[in-house]
Amino acid sequence: MQSVAIPPFEHFYREHRSEVLRLLRHRVGTERADDAFQETFLRALQAYRRLEHGQHLRAWVLTIAGNVAADTLRRARPQSELVEIGVDDDRPAFEELAPMTDGLPPKERAAVVLRYGYDLSYDQIAAALDSSEEAARQAASTGVRRLRRRSQ
Amino acid sequence: MTVSPNLDQRFREAAVSMALVDMGFDVVSSPVGPLFVAASERGLAAISFDPEPDAQLERLARIGGPRVLRSPRSVEGTRRELDQYFEGKRRAFDLSLDLRALPPFTVSVLRELVRVPYGETTTYGALAARVGRPRAARAVGTVMNRNRIPIVLPCHRVVGSSGDLVGYAGGLDRKITLLQLEGSI
Repeated sequence: MQSVAIPPFEHFYREHRSEVLRLLRHRVGTERADDAFQETFLRALQAYRRLEHGQHLRAWVLTIAGNVAADTLRRARPQSELVEIGVDDDRPAFEELAPMTDGLPPKERAAVVLRYGYDLSYDQIAAALDSSEEAARQAASTGVRRLRRRSQ
Repeated sequence: MTVSPNLDQRFREAAVSMALVDMGFDVVSSPVGPLFVAASERGLAAISFDPEPDAQLERLARIGGPRVLRSPRSVEGTRRELDQYFEGKRRAFDLSLDLRALPPFTVSVLRELVRVPYGETTTYGALAARVGRPRAARAVGTVMNRNRIPIVLPCHRVVGSSGDLVGYAGGLDRKITLLQLEGSI
């Protein structure tokens, strides 16, 4: 069987970069896509020397991009928001919100803390609580109303 | 989806700074036309008067490995010294060279060639004699013709025994320009 020669990386990169970026924007959003793009091609470079032939390179790089996207999303949920809290002093951190929200039903408490403590969007909260976006919005607003009543 | 120049550049810089590139290349402008320049971690590996990179990349991959990537940073040092040379501010290059994949005879001839000083010329026969092969003037001519790193390895300083300029892989006009720059003719 004839083996397909491995192209110089420059050719490989130019051929696939647009499609990789498109996939990443779709998977992790425009904001995180640039970092994921760089990470994808750096991983490809790292592995490129060990390639034994030049077959299926498109599938290969799209697989790497898929893995990077999954890692990005996994990292993004808890961590990146935590980092932002440390930087932004105006936002009540979990430590401040925790005693205030003590006594709320668990789901409402989680929704309030995630919304106002971690500034997550409702779709992110829904993903974290394994519920719908509407349910997450509902839980947060019910929780806030309950807290208001309590402070009066 | 177009990759923005900024993102593209970021990736290329990161690749070089993480030492993930076998051969970096770029096109450098000069008074003798655009030059294709390539370097590895070991040093300058190639200069070509053919500025169309695509024709060169397979060759670079055979020399240093398949991770061939365009990156201005890889050839920064060479670019700077070439600029100085063409401005008349540099008479000798202080660059490490990557001579991998060249036959031993070629390497020994190039090592002698690099000692021919700025502003002087030598002959194919004299260079052959200096590598201990006085009758190999023609073989030395072939090495000059295939010189992978012209300008820095100064094959333009090698002329015929009658003083005839003979030829130059980059075209005789370029040889004349370089020798004029150095004040040899």
